[in-house]
Amino acid sequence: MNGIPQALDALPILGVVFQFLGYTLANIGYMSQTTVAVAVPITLAALTGVLCERSGVVNIGIEGIMLTAAFVGWMVGVAAAGILGAGAPLPFFGVTLPLLVGLVAAILVGMLVSLLHAWLAISMRVDQIISGTIINIGAVGITGYVYTLIASQSPTGAGSFAQYQVPKEVADLPLVGWLINAVLSQGPIGLSAIVIVIILQVMLFRSRWGLRTRAAGEHPRAAETVGIDVIRLRYQNVVMSGALAALGGAWLSMEQTNNFNADMTAGRGFIGLAAMIVGRWTPLGAFGAALLFASATGLSTSLEISPPTGQLGQLMGHVPGEFWEALPYIITIVILAGVIGRSIAPAADGQPYERESAS
Amino acid sequence: MSGPVTKRRPARHRNAIVNAIVASAQPIAEPLVAILLALLVGAVGITMLSGLLAGHSSFDVGLPVAAYLALLGGVASPNGFTSTLVYATPLILAGLGVGLGFKAGLFNIGGRGQFLFGTVGAMAVATTVGTTQSSYITVPLALLAGAAFGAVAGFIPGFLKATSGAHEVVTTIMLNYVFVFVTYWAISGPLVLPNAHQPITADVTTRNAALPIILGRDGNAGILLALAAVPIIWFLLYRTTLGFEIRSAGANPDAARYGGMKTSRLIVLTMSIAGLMCGLAGATTLMGVVHQIAPGYDTTVGFDAITVALLGRSNPIGILFSGLLLGAMRAGSQSMQVQAGVPAELVDALQAIILVFLVVNALRRWLDRRAAKRGSTPLIDADAAQAAEGVA
Repeated sequence: MNGIPQALDALPILGVVFQFLGYTLANIGYMSQTTVAVAVPITLAALTGVLCERSGVVNIGIEGIMLTAAFVGWMVGVAAAGILGAGAPLPFFGVTLPLLVGLVAAILVGMLVSLLHAWLAISMRVDQIISGTIINIGAVGITGYVYTLIASQSPTGAGSFAQYQVPKEVADLPLVGWLINAVLSQGPIGLSAIVIVIILQVMLFRSRWGLRTRAAGEHPRAAETVGIDVIRLRYQNVVMSGALAALGGAWLSMEQTNNFNADMTAGRGFIGLAAMIVGRWTPLGAFGAALLFASATGLSTSLEISPPTGQLGQLMGHVPGEFWEALPYIITIVILAGVIGRSIAPAADGQPYERESAS
Repeated sequence: MSGPVTKRRPARHRNAIVNAIVASAQPIAEPLVAILLALLVGAVGITMLSGLLAGHSSFDVGLPVAAYLALLGGVASPNGFTSTLVYATPLILAGLGVGLGFKAGLFNIGGRGQFLFGTVGAMAVATTVGTTQSSYITVPLALLAGAAFGAVAGFIPGFLKATSGAHEVVTTIMLNYVFVFVTYWAISGPLVLPNAHQPITADVTTRNAALPIILGRDGNAGILLALAAVPIIWFLLYRTTLGFEIRSAGANPDAARYGGMKTSRLIVLTMSIAGLMCGLAGATTLMGVVHQIAPGYDTTVGFDAITVALLGRSNPIGILFSGLLLGAMRAGSQSMQVQAGVPAELVDALQAIILVFLVVNALRRWLDRRAAKRGSTPLIDADAAQAAEGVA
């Protein structure tokens, strides 16, 4: 602690800035690959939010849906590996049958939990923030309960999906090689997340479904008068969004790791919501914001793995490790607070819709 | 002429009495029905999972009974009673904080971070003041520091919401993680026990900062603090101008603003008080129960407090009882895990199920449907029910 002022006195500020730039450039390949990977679950959470909130349903239960899906995907993978045997992995992404079964189970469970949120929020017209909180509390409880039940049998997972290996010729391309490598060196869930961003961006602003979704989120009464079934549309979107959140959860327990632990989502569902807000409720914007948040993790992992030397390293040595771990959360808060005034939510976001005839 | 009138009048009269009873019993009956239904669903869940996962050869129908009996047995003993109060202490304190936020229309999910930062505050006093001063000075100072640190942790999201509009749900959750790391940093740096082999703080009993034991083996004086906080928060809410403003802002923020209330000041103040209560919960837990901050120290109080506040309908007296109830569940869950082999996490799962039944108003829906079948008017008028629904 006491070392910081003296260290700062001795350090040429400009020199350290240049050293930092140099360090970033030297490690850009690793840093950007980590950043894209870390952004995957945040992006999927943000897309879940976009899908729900564009149709007028606030969903803060994303965190709980991700956790449940991460757990179920892992657990069903374990069970399937026990019954079917691991089998030889297919030539791409290290796909095995148990992994696929686990992934499908995770997606189904994600949609099921989303259905509960949809029922509470749309049909029961419960306060949507309370409904989401119930899902978050329940996810911790139920996954913790079942995990404790089976942990005594010390189950081994069904493994995890493998990364795509970018051909060396492409990765070594001058100027753009590192970028292509960073984006494409992902597992199947990571790559599909990027594809889903693009598909959703086009669908939301260019398709009939997109127009209807946005109408239901901005002015449900008007949407209903032109014949859109707002309640059905909201149900559809919320349940579909559950599959995206589930993919984010499955990424944690089946692609990044091959294991499950309690609280493994670590707030990513909420960081996703912040990314959605910063990205102005658009898929592309949310992806950009997720990359921004993830870059903090990219930087801190890089600093940990290849610590900088010289005066920069001297300065970094005084920064406690906990600071780097807290950095993604701090950055999320700062950017959220900075951008929020210029980011406007769908007008009917979070308001339960009641048909005229029903009341 | 007089026949039908005299016949009808007592009937109508009786209906009015039934209405009055139902209306006055509703705040108690609805949580109770929700809890009973949740226990039932929990029993089905325990049985199903016992057959599928826990290695039992068939569905063990007796298991939920054994589990609930063990839970009850863990509570219904002198030790169980004390430990219920001990578990309930932080739940009531933090529940009051979260409930106060609800009254103002603010959703404080930051209890975890505020609790942890309050713990750090109390520990900071214990490690600095506690080495030279007696417990008469250290204990109150540590409690004050816990409250102050918690208030700071609550102030931040309040300030951010008031100035930039950043939603408190996202900022408080992010701050939870920040304060987890702040706590880890504190116990490995400024608050670390000298010569310790791991990041751990001193024991507060050696720093004159332990709360005195007032009941049984481990019933610490934090219980009194929680009991005292209930009337104080009640008074604040229902007998002061600030309380009136909080309730107005929660009921209708626009009307409150047009009425001349400074809503941004109100948001900052309410979040700070909410954080203060959660910080106090952290301080009493440190000084009365855990006594030192060990590596990986964390809490579920922040989320439990949401359940407590919702079950108690954000009313301080309701929060007292729901805090005691959840405290009893936490106290009994350990003996349930040991005796019946049912994981203590059941309590977390039950909380969510209780809340589902509570927010969908299971009791009212059932009464309404029954009334509709009989062709009479609903027993509870829709306005009151709607008001009850909008707890937050």
